[in-house]
Amino acid sequence: MTGVYAAVVLWALAWMLNVRLANGDRRETRAMRLLVPAIFGLTLVLVWELVVRGLQVPLVILPSPSRILTRFAAEMPVLWADFVQTFVKGALSGFFIGTAAALSVAILVDRSEFLRRGLLPVGNFIAALPIIGTAPILVMWFGFDWQSKAAVVVVMVFFPILVNTVAGLTEASAMQRDLMKTWGASYWQGLFKLRLPAAMPFIFNGLKIATTLALIGAIVAEFFGSPIVGMGFRISTSVGQLALDMVWAEILVAALAGSAFYGLVAFIEKGVTFWHPSQRG
Amino acid sequence: MRSILPVLSVIAAIVALWYLAAVPMNIHQAVTDAARAGQTVHPPEAAARRDLGGWRLALENPGAVAGVFSQARPRLPAPHQVLTELWRTTAGKKITSKRSLVFHGWITLSATLLGFAIGTAMGILLAVGIVYSRAMDMSVMPWAIASQTIPILAIAPMIIVVLNSVGLQGLLPKAIISAYLSFFPVVVGMVKGLRAPEAMQLDLLRTYSASKSEMFWKLRLPASMPYLFASLKVGIAASLVGAIVGELPTGAVRGLGARLLAGSYYGQTIQIWSALLAAAVLAAVLVSIVGLIERATLRRMGLNR
Repeated sequence: MTGVYAAVVLWALAWMLNVRLANGDRRETRAMRLLVPAIFGLTLVLVWELVVRGLQVPLVILPSPSRILTRFAAEMPVLWADFVQTFVKGALSGFFIGTAAALSVAILVDRSEFLRRGLLPVGNFIAALPIIGTAPILVMWFGFDWQSKAAVVVVMVFFPILVNTVAGLTEASAMQRDLMKTWGASYWQGLFKLRLPAAMPFIFNGLKIATTLALIGAIVAEFFGSPIVGMGFRISTSVGQLALDMVWAEILVAALAGSAFYGLVAFIEKGVTFWHPSQRG
Repeated sequence: MRSILPVLSVIAAIVALWYLAAVPMNIHQAVTDAARAGQTVHPPEAAARRDLGGWRLALENPGAVAGVFSQARPRLPAPHQVLTELWRTTAGKKITSKRSLVFHGWITLSATLLGFAIGTAMGILLAVGIVYSRAMDMSVMPWAIASQTIPILAIAPMIIVVLNSVGLQGLLPKAIISAYLSFFPVVVGMVKGLRAPEAMQLDLLRTYSASKSEMFWKLRLPASMPYLFASLKVGIAASLVGAIVGELPTGAVRGLGARLLAGSYYGQTIQIWSALLAAAVLAAVLVSIVGLIERATLRRMGLNR
């Protein structure tokens, strides 16, 4: 039980520290904005460790962070192979194909007001549906390997990106479009020099939503059938073996990959849409 | 209202494409069936047919094309087959029957609604805490935002199995996944909403010497409603996905997710598609119910046009 008492004391101390830091004079500095959540996260992990040890929670219910990290370090090659299979082959290729398809369809649709008015509500509707349910069908069509995972990802990311791009392409104002016309710009010049750049904040909004969906799609599709490698496969089989430390190690990989992917897209967005008010801060 | 015609034509185009796609997807099976029934088919050897593309085979055997829309286990069922199955399993069965989609839909719906209620309540509470405590804001908010980038759904099988091993079964484990998925959109939206009142409005209430709780009930909470409803729509769709995925690892017993999994085990494509369509209808109904409540609420508050 000493572990639990130590956890309670640690929690109270860390919280008091955070309250003082958050209400102190230097609370607006960049360092504080990083330090306070870092203290909170670290405390959470330590409390988890202490409670699991103090109460001797069995492994099949909740492994301690130290065990997860040990397993993570020990199973590096397996985790890397799973990562390549699910993220690089499945999620990334699907993400790129889906993005390319959505952007092309958006530009095609954009030429006709009629199509745009029809497609936006339908696309918005489909984007809210449980598209993940198509996974068993696509696994049946494209086989167990990464191609079916990429197909699920394509279907999942297509509609959010399409809807955002179509909405973004209407973003340039009539005045700006008229200006392009007075310069004798063709449709394509107007598209590439004015309307596509103006649509970028919207497109990146769609891409950021799609990063999470891509990883979810690739992992969940593996629950319906996969080769004997992959993050979803490893999660479902390790759950079956009650090797929960392995499951958590795989979740750690998924969390790292998901955050890094999102961060990368957000970083590119910062470079591309540097002119937008939300980026100038 | 002027977009009804475009929407209808887009839907018609999708259905037409669907029918068209069924031809190359199912033609191999249809030609094989025709050959077994004793008709002459163009490349008589099965191996030669396998190498042909779907469209080529359809052109060579125009007589077999009609067969692609009426197979028992097509690779891509035609829309009318899915609708017939949907009608048969909803209206044609008693709702207590295990073959009734209404029965399975209710199982999923109850988990969705319970999870959505838990997730929304917790999300609103946390958002209030974040808005009123600077320490909580600085500690929790970055993690709440970062957690959106993590594929939470991947934990679903583990939650189910772990809760099973401590003796929790049935509705609650699925509801917990649903709650978890709807929790973060509500937190992020509600924090934005509770911060929506401008300094001028807050100052006005201060000149009326409003207390902190009056400030909350009379200004912050009403001002947050548009944001709350926007996240509720995201949240209820996410809840449904959570409940469906939560049904996958339980061994495919009950619920729409179980229908999907059982259909994929036994190659019952029509069953998969009808479960999928039922899930889509359920999602649409849930989102539009939230939308209706939103419109009624905002109209009473005078916020809506």
